[in-house]
Amino acid sequence: MSSLADLTLAEAAASLRAGEVSSRELLQATLDRALLTEAELHAYLTIDHEGARAAAAAADEALVRGETTGPLHGIPVAIKDNMVTSGLETTAGSQILAGYVPPYDATAVTALKKAGAVIVGKTNLDEFAMGSSTENSGYGPTANPWDTGRVPGGSSGGSAAAVAAGSALTALGSDTGGSIRQPAALCGVVGMKPTYGLVSRYGLIAFASSLDQIGPISRTVEDAATTLEVIAGHDPLDATSYRGEYPQYRASLGRGVAGLRIGVVAELAGEGISPDVLTACRSVVDSLAEAGAAVREVSLPSMEYALSAYYLIAPAECSANLARFDGVRYGLRVDGATVEEMTARTRAAGFGPEVTRRILLGTYALSAGYYDSFYGQAQKVRTLVIQDFTRAYQGFDVLVSPTSPMTAFELGSRTEDPLSMYLVDVCTIPSNLAGAPSISVPVGLDAAGLPIGFQIMAPALGEEVLLRVAAEVERASGWNNRRPPLVGDDRGV
Amino acid sequence: MIVEYEPVIGIETHVELVTDSKMFCGCPAHFGADPNTNVCPVCLGLPGALPVPNEKAIEWIVAIGLALECDIAYHSQFHRKNYFYADQPKNYQISQYDVPVCSGGALDIETDGQSTRVRINRVHMEEDTGKMIHVGGGGRIKDADHSLLDFNRAGVPLVEIVTEPDLATPQQARAFAQELQAIVLALGVSDAKLEEGSMRFDANVSLRPKGTDELGTKVEVKNMNSFRSLERALAYEIDRQTAALAAGEPIAQETRHWDESAGITGGMRSKEESSDYRYFPEPDLVPIEISYALRETIRERLPELPAARRSRYGDLGLDPASIAALASGGAGVTERFEDAVVAGSDPKTIANWLTGEVAAFLRRESVELADTPLSGEHLSQLERLYAAGDLSATAAKQVLGGVLAGEGSPAEVAAARDLIQISDIGALAAQIDRVLADHPEEHQRLKDGDAKVIGYLVGQVMRITAGKADPKVVSTILGEKAEG
Repeated sequence: MSSLADLTLAEAAASLRAGEVSSRELLQATLDRALLTEAELHAYLTIDHEGARAAAAAADEALVRGETTGPLHGIPVAIKDNMVTSGLETTAGSQILAGYVPPYDATAVTALKKAGAVIVGKTNLDEFAMGSSTENSGYGPTANPWDTGRVPGGSSGGSAAAVAAGSALTALGSDTGGSIRQPAALCGVVGMKPTYGLVSRYGLIAFASSLDQIGPISRTVEDAATTLEVIAGHDPLDATSYRGEYPQYRASLGRGVAGLRIGVVAELAGEGISPDVLTACRSVVDSLAEAGAAVREVSLPSMEYALSAYYLIAPAECSANLARFDGVRYGLRVDGATVEEMTARTRAAGFGPEVTRRILLGTYALSAGYYDSFYGQAQKVRTLVIQDFTRAYQGFDVLVSPTSPMTAFELGSRTEDPLSMYLVDVCTIPSNLAGAPSISVPVGLDAAGLPIGFQIMAPALGEEVLLRVAAEVERASGWNNRRPPLVGDDRGV
Repeated sequence: MIVEYEPVIGIETHVELVTDSKMFCGCPAHFGADPNTNVCPVCLGLPGALPVPNEKAIEWIVAIGLALECDIAYHSQFHRKNYFYADQPKNYQISQYDVPVCSGGALDIETDGQSTRVRINRVHMEEDTGKMIHVGGGGRIKDADHSLLDFNRAGVPLVEIVTEPDLATPQQARAFAQELQAIVLALGVSDAKLEEGSMRFDANVSLRPKGTDELGTKVEVKNMNSFRSLERALAYEIDRQTAALAAGEPIAQETRHWDESAGITGGMRSKEESSDYRYFPEPDLVPIEISYALRETIRERLPELPAARRSRYGDLGLDPASIAALASGGAGVTERFEDAVVAGSDPKTIANWLTGEVAAFLRRESVELADTPLSGEHLSQLERLYAAGDLSATAAKQVLGGVLAGEGSPAEVAAARDLIQISDIGALAAQIDRVLADHPEEHQRLKDGDAKVIGYLVGQVMRITAGKADPKVVSTILGEKAEG
């Protein structure tokens, strides 16, 4: 092991508790790694040196007193920059929020702080989480640690790149149509979108409220489960927050998959998926069968309409969610002769082309005379997707597919064609429409040496079975916290 | 041929609820704080903030719906109403669209002894906007130098009540508005002050050929800050439309502002009329569930409504004018009346005091009865003193003034002001004998049966008793002597 920055969260936490390392040392290794990689990667928009050092010192003092406040105690964590942090600039990757310092913490951030986490900084993202490559950031793209000429995926590309590169031990992302899982797949880390409502959205700058969900991006399935345990929980400030029981997710790991029924989604395992990805995923499926799972193919006919429905529902919701950025109360203001002119100029200057495109799309889809045929129709498709899943889960415990149809693509290769970028999300979007949990686990490299992600989907609140299968996939693939070439992989695989 | 037209009027009413906190956050909902002090990330629309519904407000809108005989939806839903305006923090308003909490009710009103049933289309829940103050220019957004924003009001719970176009005259519109205010006040869910905007009326008015069912082009009239201006604005608008139709001019569908000082309605820019609000279900909120049990609990707890109260007051022997005066007397009037009547006082006497002497005092001092020391118990104590003859009608009114001014209970005021009248026959007889002894000539006339002298002698008794003798009793005793 070359650096403390390459430890898993579980390893680092054990070393901390054993007194072998301090939180300050962990943080220093993480900041050193950032210093080494940021010029090439640009995973962070803001690194909070001062705040992180103070938090690490406090964590160490607590350890000396014999107090640990939670499983992330003293652990360097990165936060996607669409979650508000009190006193720390939060931009959502948009110029319209350049310099904006929120007066409050998102509930998930509060949970991290309570658990003793050390917040390293805020990571880059596609503007307002709209994109699949982090190229739509208003502050420049992030590169993939496995090949800096390629994208890290998106929209949580900064968090995925940071965790892969070692400039954070674990991170938070947000997932509206695949924005945690797809970058995790492209960066060779674990990314999980929990059940809608499991993690409070309070303080998450909304893209599409009915689809957005915060989740972990980590090096291992166990680390993702640990991070999820900290951030999941009922929040009275979020009316859509789940009110039931929240189990200890790590308890379900290591129980194997014997007797579980696993469905391979036919619609997501053929056309449009790259051959290397298909081969790697088939190999994982075979090993699951060998481990005692009953594996069969299953058809979910509505999958082919999910993408179209998503690209009506998400823009419709975003057109309202982003209306508040008007130059009146905070963020960018470009003056004009009238209030209307000021607002129009502010929005024209502050929003990038993809955000503008989606606001226009969504505004159109909700307009009088078009609502029924666009937004209304999309909601019907969403119902069909949910029904398809419900039917499938009568015969299966989990469903599997590739996370992304392709591995990391070259920077700039899809930016001219929005539709080709939208197609990147075809495997991940159905879980968002269904509000169900889903995880991407790295399972190997393609011929170009780029990571391949394997997606597992479970019914709503099926986190335990999801993580149980994910842990087996991780074990069977032999991935074992493989490090990208940028930082040197001295574990040698 | 001259076509005769009749007006068709519908009213939209906004009522601000007096819940402790705002509709979707914990900020205080009350008025009067310094600008932008009752605000938080939610009601300022800061990035990331989410709404959480105020359950008390939901219960109160159900109460309003039940009072208006509405159906209450088991499942209701919030929608986003999208439009850009600087006083609206999110640039959408959380409102309701196709599934309001209450629908299909009715309210009976009376004008000139005629009863009219006004159907209620819907009652729905929404949030209020902030307030804008335009500085410089004409004080309007278009030509102001700059504008100031106060978000204290942003997010205050607002109930919108929409009638069917069932009103035919400005007088009916006014009667509807007053009755609705009485109901809201009886429910205790709003202070319903028109001048402060906590109750606001917009009217839709159109004309149609008399006796037909067709609906003409409707004009929305806004900015009426009193019942009187509602009535005036509608009368003006009806005249304006009548004249236009008579001249063969078409009526434009538009929103017009009532100008109180000029006494006219003026058109606003028609651009604002073409709004497409792009309603869609609010994804940050789950549907509102109103269980049968909750609805029935709210129904059981409904207070007596104005119509029922009027009917009961009629049964107590009050005339319609007194009933109306009591109902419109302001905070505390009907409560004091009830308390006194429950304590056994004569309803008519109490009503006369409350609508006469007391109402005059309240007007003079510009206060509400609820803010004065006069309690229902005071009223019934006073009524007992009056009924027992210890106080004259005039003295009773003086005592009322004293109690209102904070001088103490009626007994204390009467004693302190020395107003207890002498009606004890023994005590009065001595005083009468003294007067007769001092006025032998008149005494003789009385003995001769000259009843005309009684008035003079009563006056003399009143003089030597400093006005405290009960003139009725004195008169009776003297009368007996005359016949004797």
